[in-house]
Amino acid sequence: MSNELDLKLKIWRQEGPAVDGKFETYDANGISEDMSFLEMLDVVNDNLITTGEVPIEFDHDCREGICGTCSLMINGQAHGHEKATTTCQLHMRKFNDGETITVEPFRARAFPVVKDLVVDRSAFDRIIEAGGYISVNTGAASDANLTPVPKEASDTSFDAAACIGCGACVAACPNSAAQLFTSAKLGHLNLIPQGQAQRFARTENMVETMESFFGSCTNHGECHEACPKEISLDFIAFMNRDYVKAKVKNRKLAGQK
Amino acid sequence: MTTTATKPSGSTPIFQQKRQMPFPLNIYQSAIGRKWVMALTGIGLLGFVLVHMIGNLHIYEGPAKMHEYAESLRTLGGGLVPKTFVLWLFRLGLIGMFILHIHSAYTLKERSRKASDKADFVGGNKKYESKRDYVAANYASRTMRWTGPIILLYLIFHLADLTWGFVGDGWEAGDPYHNVVNSLSNWFIAIIYIVANIALVIHIFHGTWSLFQSLGINNPKYNKLRRNLATAFAGIVLVGNLTFPILTTIGFINEDNRVCPPGDLECLVTQAEAH
Amino acid sequence: MSRNSGGGSLMTVLDSKIPDGPIADKWNNHKFSVKLVNPNNKRKFEVIVVGSGLAGASAAASLSELGYKVKVFTFHDSPRRAHSIAAQGGINGAKNYTNDGDSVHRLFYDTVKGGDYRSREANVHRLAEESVNIIDQAAAQGVPFAREYGGLLDNRSFGGAQVSRTFYARGQTGQQLLLGAYQALAKQVAAGSVELHTRTEMLDVVLKDGRACGIVTRNLVTGQVQSHSAHAVVLATGGYGNVYYLSTNAMACNVTAAWRAHKKGAFFANPCYTQIHPTCIPASDEFQSKLTLMSESLRNDGRIWVPDGFDDSRSPNEIPESERDYYLERKYPSFGNLVPRDVASRNAKTVVDQGKGVGPLKNGVFLDFQAAVERDGEDLVRSKYGNLFDMYERITGENPYKVPMRIYPATHYTMGGVWVDYNLMTSIPGCYAIGEANFSDHGANRLGASALMQGLADGYFVLPYTIGDDLAGRLGDAPISTNDPVFTQAEADVQGQTDRFLSTGGTRSVDWFHRELGHLVWDYIGMERTKEGLEKALSEIPALEEEFWKNVCVPGSGTNLNSSLEKAGRVADFFGLAKLMAKDALDREESCGGHFRAEHQTEDGEAQRDDENFAHVAAWEWNGPDSTQTRHKEELAFDNVALTQRSYK
Repeated sequence: MSNELDLKLKIWRQEGPAVDGKFETYDANGISEDMSFLEMLDVVNDNLITTGEVPIEFDHDCREGICGTCSLMINGQAHGHEKATTTCQLHMRKFNDGETITVEPFRARAFPVVKDLVVDRSAFDRIIEAGGYISVNTGAASDANLTPVPKEASDTSFDAAACIGCGACVAACPNSAAQLFTSAKLGHLNLIPQGQAQRFARTENMVETMESFFGSCTNHGECHEACPKEISLDFIAFMNRDYVKAKVKNRKLAGQK
Repeated sequence: MTTTATKPSGSTPIFQQKRQMPFPLNIYQSAIGRKWVMALTGIGLLGFVLVHMIGNLHIYEGPAKMHEYAESLRTLGGGLVPKTFVLWLFRLGLIGMFILHIHSAYTLKERSRKASDKADFVGGNKKYESKRDYVAANYASRTMRWTGPIILLYLIFHLADLTWGFVGDGWEAGDPYHNVVNSLSNWFIAIIYIVANIALVIHIFHGTWSLFQSLGINNPKYNKLRRNLATAFAGIVLVGNLTFPILTTIGFINEDNRVCPPGDLECLVTQAEAH
Repeated sequence: MSRNSGGGSLMTVLDSKIPDGPIADKWNNHKFSVKLVNPNNKRKFEVIVVGSGLAGASAAASLSELGYKVKVFTFHDSPRRAHSIAAQGGINGAKNYTNDGDSVHRLFYDTVKGGDYRSREANVHRLAEESVNIIDQAAAQGVPFAREYGGLLDNRSFGGAQVSRTFYARGQTGQQLLLGAYQALAKQVAAGSVELHTRTEMLDVVLKDGRACGIVTRNLVTGQVQSHSAHAVVLATGGYGNVYYLSTNAMACNVTAAWRAHKKGAFFANPCYTQIHPTCIPASDEFQSKLTLMSESLRNDGRIWVPDGFDDSRSPNEIPESERDYYLERKYPSFGNLVPRDVASRNAKTVVDQGKGVGPLKNGVFLDFQAAVERDGEDLVRSKYGNLFDMYERITGENPYKVPMRIYPATHYTMGGVWVDYNLMTSIPGCYAIGEANFSDHGANRLGASALMQGLADGYFVLPYTIGDDLAGRLGDAPISTNDPVFTQAEADVQGQTDRFLSTGGTRSVDWFHRELGHLVWDYIGMERTKEGLEKALSEIPALEEEFWKNVCVPGSGTNLNSSLEKAGRVADFFGLAKLMAKDALDREESCGGHFRAEHQTEDGEAQRDDENFAHVAAWEWNGPDSTQTRHKEELAFDNVALTQRSYK
């Protein structure tokens, strides 16, 4: 049988972006250790609702670690202390009975709080819109096997493409930098043949859009530690190299390598 | 009637993109470009720190050789150029690198402060209301913003102490051995040197690793070596630089057996030739 | 709630508009015969796309590339969050790269057969034809499909298919395909030709003179209710699996958009066709919020069993071999543990219902790898299933190398949905439904790796052609003003429902009602349905619904983020859908695919179809809140595939 935990929660409550927030304390008693962290919050919310209080808002959706919607700074770590785990996949058996758990929203100025623990991460969409794609209109593609992709390149590209866009990298970064997110998309697209035509324009545009929202990298490596998909810091180095290359390259000649 | 999408509040940029300056200045307009400048100037400054430390080892050869070494720096370039011309080129280069290194560091720090949630965010520990639990960020990386200014203050003190002779009595132009012993035999000043050099080495430890990342020098085969290189470099600088204040305060480096009186440069030249 | 507020006449006879000609030529002929919109005129048309999953994002991107003015609405904070992202296995494509005899016709045949002969041949053939283009498109977008060492694409066999036609991207094919479509959409947003509305939920379709002329949305952050008008409305809002409360769907998946369209006149087809996936991790407690799917490939090496005795609470390793019942191997000696999804699922339910279930809540069966570990060694097992075992251990805290996994079926996909014709237009002119939201291609059951294929086929390659047929005739028509009474009335209705929830002041949370509803739907309209059960459902669901409207508690305000409020609206629609599912299941006096009526089975316990009376689509027409829906039939003709009865003995 599963054990039960009694917990104290210190949770950030904030009505809206323009209002000051503060921590509120809640008891969460009789929590099954088989619950996920979000299910624990569901229980707290259910209790709040039945006592007529306004439940805690938090972002979540797939609850299987792939959609990137859930967030939360749990005890000072993005997605909690468990490595390579999103909050929805963090289970209560990783906590101790009687523990006080502090929960805050992901913070960065580009991630304004929408309400309580929900933040707005649309800056990430703006970065993708700046060039995080390969321009191939529907119907314009040639046969898939006309372009062989070296398996090694394809695999590394996939390691970068595994990013779920949750924003933990920005949340964990003391500088609120989005280097890991941006470099993951650049790594995905810049490493494969299909992405070469736009490689340098993409790099330049995405980096500069990133820099209009986020801080500057100081190579702490906190982002990698917080990343649920363990995206490598190598992609940041790759981006740094490609960015300056993009600046140096004469675009007219860039296509000629 | 058509409606427009109301952009979410997070879609408003925090930093306005400035008009692009001509190449290559536009590289310095971007944060990544500034990290490149920090890394490249960092390499130059690391070179200086290492050469400076190695050169100072001449102190173990006595006052005359130390003077000879100092003089050799002034006469770099031989008879081709006026005396101290090449030295000044190096000095100007160093000053330039220093200014660029500091300017980029400061502006990047300001950018990160603005990009974080709170207006009073400083130094990476106030972004959150609750206690922040670091995993990868080590002491060195988190204190770059403090070790940097410490090094700058130390540098000014160091120049005032040994190059300009503003600190205390007994400074003699052109006699570095004497000046070192004169200054560092004061235990208070020795402690300043020790503390400052520890700060320097902490700064170097992160910087040496970090510069590879900033420049995008990355190959999984060699990535482990980057950390080892940083450790080794920092270790060598630490040991070399700390011997001077420590061995002076405990009296190992002293002027007990000195032949020439302090500041007698002609005597020092003769002594050096005699060896 | 007012209905048909636009007035006008609705189509009452189902015209599927299937083109003439041989099956292989229908789509080509149709593409030639549909009316085209001149490139310069496309910008004069506005199209609303609701939903940003595979179908929605691909349609929005493709339509805007063609020149249409597109508005996209998603209730997520970003289009990339849509639940298409969670699909694991792969996507079928009749490329025949493996030279094992695959072809468009074979994929067509397999899909019709897999759908238990309850899908439209013409639609399925078109799907198979377009499957090859999807692979090309996705590869060009940079989707990192698995590759051979030569750099060419790798394929695997999936879901018992006889050929290797499944393209995959590790266990994250859905994620990578969605990111491809999302990026294509982002490109169009950047180009200014798509207007993106995030955290905006569609709450009504608006009709004027019998045509769809726009939608009403609610901004989830500000609570603002707003109208948007367009020449066409495309619903790409996914399936309704969350009617079961516990499913493998994401928490926010819902039927609201489709249901509100249904209430405005869109026929709802085959709601009783739901797919149950046999290998999910069973619920651990009452507050379990979703069920996590484990890849079906586990059944290749795992053996499924339950203890012989009832309520056996010994740990599995203490139960001797002689007291274990490997029920699938016993009942189906030739297929054993690899029987199809529905057979495996039903048998699991049978043993659990007998009281032989395992785990703390007695709600699972064992999937045991001990034999595989002994035979192949732990390392080989790890190389095949390491990721899945880690995922299982993360969720349950149990190590599957040492202790058998516990699994139980869960709802995974819904084949039913909004009725559409061959052009993907619903029975509301100008309103389309694509992807899982429509009913069209999977019949009564869906083949593995076909969901992604259908979503993308609809979005990239079908809708962009077929939408022109209707729009071409509307050149010169301006979109209806959002100040028109049809819009203001719909806005008032939406606001009215919001206000009603906020002022009900009951004592139970929305989630409580959803859980209760889920129990009823799962028990009576789940894997196995009976006449008595369905009749019970039809009496108990309305009672719960009545209680819901009286006693639901929605705290907070309507002017900022309020997830209780969002959920309340969705659960309200699930009630309506659940009743329709029960009715549909009751009327369909046969077993087929995902619909199993206990009364209709062969001696072997196989689904017994009744092709004579039920080879048709049941499409339900809304008749207002106070009367029951009308059941319309669309007869299905099978000219190219012979109807057979399957057997797995």
